[in-house]
Amino acid sequence: MKKLFLIGIKDLKLRFRDRAALIFMLLTPFILTLGMGLVTGRFSGGDSSGISDIPIAIVNLDNDSLGDALVDAFNSEDLADLVETTLSEDPEAARLLVDEDEVAAAIIIPAGFTQSVIPQNENALPNEEIRIEFYANPSRPTSAGIIKAIVDGFMARLDEMRLASMTSVSQLIMSGRISPEDANQVGQEMGARLQQNDAGNTNEATAITLNTSTSAGEDVEFDVLSYFAPGMALMFLMYTVSYGGSSILAEKSQGTLPRLLISPTNSMQVLGGKIFGIFLTGAAQMLILIGASSLFFQLKWGDAFGIVLLVLAAVFGATGWGMLITALARTPAQVGSVGSAVMLIFAMLGGSFTQIENMPAIVQTLGKITPNAWAMDGFTTLALGGTLTSLARPILALLTMGILLFLISAVLFGKKNLVQK
Amino acid sequence: MPSILEVQNLVKKYGDFIAVKGISFHIKEGEIFSLLGPNGAGKTTTISMLSTLYTPTSGDATIGSHSITKNPMAVKQMIGVVPQEIALYEDLTARENLIFWGQMYGLSGKALNSRVDQVLEQIGLTDKAKNRVKTYSGGMKRRVNIGVGLLHKPRLLFMDEPTVGIDPQSRRAILDTVKDLNKQGMTVLYTTHYMEEAQELSDRVGIIDHGELIALGTQAELTKQVGQAETLILHIGENEDPEALAKAVSNVEGVQKADVTNNQVSIITPDAKDVLAAVVSKANERGIKIRSIDIREPNLEAVFLHLTGRALRD
Repeated sequence: MKKLFLIGIKDLKLRFRDRAALIFMLLTPFILTLGMGLVTGRFSGGDSSGISDIPIAIVNLDNDSLGDALVDAFNSEDLADLVETTLSEDPEAARLLVDEDEVAAAIIIPAGFTQSVIPQNENALPNEEIRIEFYANPSRPTSAGIIKAIVDGFMARLDEMRLASMTSVSQLIMSGRISPEDANQVGQEMGARLQQNDAGNTNEATAITLNTSTSAGEDVEFDVLSYFAPGMALMFLMYTVSYGGSSILAEKSQGTLPRLLISPTNSMQVLGGKIFGIFLTGAAQMLILIGASSLFFQLKWGDAFGIVLLVLAAVFGATGWGMLITALARTPAQVGSVGSAVMLIFAMLGGSFTQIENMPAIVQTLGKITPNAWAMDGFTTLALGGTLTSLARPILALLTMGILLFLISAVLFGKKNLVQK
Repeated sequence: MPSILEVQNLVKKYGDFIAVKGISFHIKEGEIFSLLGPNGAGKTTTISMLSTLYTPTSGDATIGSHSITKNPMAVKQMIGVVPQEIALYEDLTARENLIFWGQMYGLSGKALNSRVDQVLEQIGLTDKAKNRVKTYSGGMKRRVNIGVGLLHKPRLLFMDEPTVGIDPQSRRAILDTVKDLNKQGMTVLYTTHYMEEAQELSDRVGIIDHGELIALGTQAELTKQVGQAETLILHIGENEDPEALAKAVSNVEGVQKADVTNNQVSIITPDAKDVLAAVVSKANERGIKIRSIDIREPNLEAVFLHLTGRALRD
């Protein structure tokens, strides 16, 4: 294990001493991100996000204040450019619209939702929590992610409201200002007041807008660069992993790989070390690009822990592709040319250049094989204030992709002669 | 002295091509043993099998008491290898290279740093240790390449043509290093196609050609095979006919053998001076211009020529 680590660190050091590699790994994606920002007017105060008119269906069976507030929020002026809402009264019809790829998501607000959050009387308290159903279109992960982030923001506000009521009532009981017997009534009154305040604020677009909040309560605005910066970083991550893979074949022809195999180091340690080196380099590249865009473009990527997890998963999936390309190639030059082609194809299929939802269904389906698409999904979700829970799907997909590709590559490497030129 | 290496009927096949055809030899602890042969003779394949990089098609070898096929990890700990190519990371400094390779041999901490300092001193690169290898001359790179093989103080050092493509000064330094290492007790298996190197360094020599060990022994034992014969080498112009000259001089009294290599004719004779005039006369008779003449006393080149009918640098 120690040797595997040492080989990986050595490769990381070598990669960061290679000026040409640094230009491709860091400078090029940074400049392209800057260029995208300039083209879309991000640096001149423009607010074009590149994502607009996301079709959604809303079914409001609640017909009470909170259900209405959510519908009003999606119909508000602030979201007018972003969302195209279709109201429906039939949940099945709304789900069908999703299944037929007519809309990116369906939001079904169940009957009694407001009552479940703010019970009007003791008898109305439901035994089970009533939840809003979010029915997402898997072929439109980014759009669905955006809508989900808005709904999550709404739910977070409700939780805050409920928590505020509960805390206040507890404090009043502890301070002796009210008796435990009065708690229920006071809580209902408080909830009704908060509900009124919240409903009254709807027109000011504070209830739910594109301006959602992070867990820290910080305002986050969806930024066009939140789309393009990960897009470019992921495109050039594919360069890094294929270049890293080619270093295995380059070491073979330079004689350092046979020399490693002559030392008391087994082939699994050597190959594992090389893979670890690619992984480290890719992770370092992504984190540097994320850091640089945060620093120079004031880009808010979202939850830091989520970003790290997503980066590691994305690099893992991408490294799997790098290993597969290397296992199939005979020379470093072959890896280079195939890797460049894969980098561009994956960037297109994975939505690095343009929103994947705008592409034909077949392209969207093909995009699922790319780490770019899954990681883009995750990064967009995080940029819109998504939580770790909402990252589960892309992270799981990336890890599964990586594991499958590593297994295939291991079989192919087993048949490959890494010793003789 | 006990044997540190015993090679038994080692064979390596690539499809129908047999690179090494069942060679057997042994090396005693503390000696310098050279495998001498032209390019493509099977020297590197033999070293690659002995260093556990290639698996033999058949046969085996033991280093210490460890089989290269059954216990390769134990073998790897005992041997050092200096490959023919410069197998270094050019974007690392010499020190960083030595540290990395030392770690691959299990060295760490102060012991590693101290050993790296010793090796840098030994290869004469202490002052340039912090420069990246890519800035070094070919000779300096070769020295680092050797240094890597010495880091873990191996009992048996394999050196595969370590002087290929370098200047005479660096070559001299490398040969001196090999002698120093041997004086310190290290056993060396040295492959080369330079007869002079094998002659200068070796206690014993194995001559290898087309994958076969065609002669084995001390230099004295080997040169006895050609008696006290000298080699007269006639260098002729590119447009001349060496075959015709070889045929003509083979009838000269005192000529034991005449062979052609590129534009030269090699003549084995008990006394080169005695036949020289007659040989030149034969060349003149046929209008063949001789550009230069070398006379060589009995040596390994003559042995190779005697055994194969070809010169070592074919």
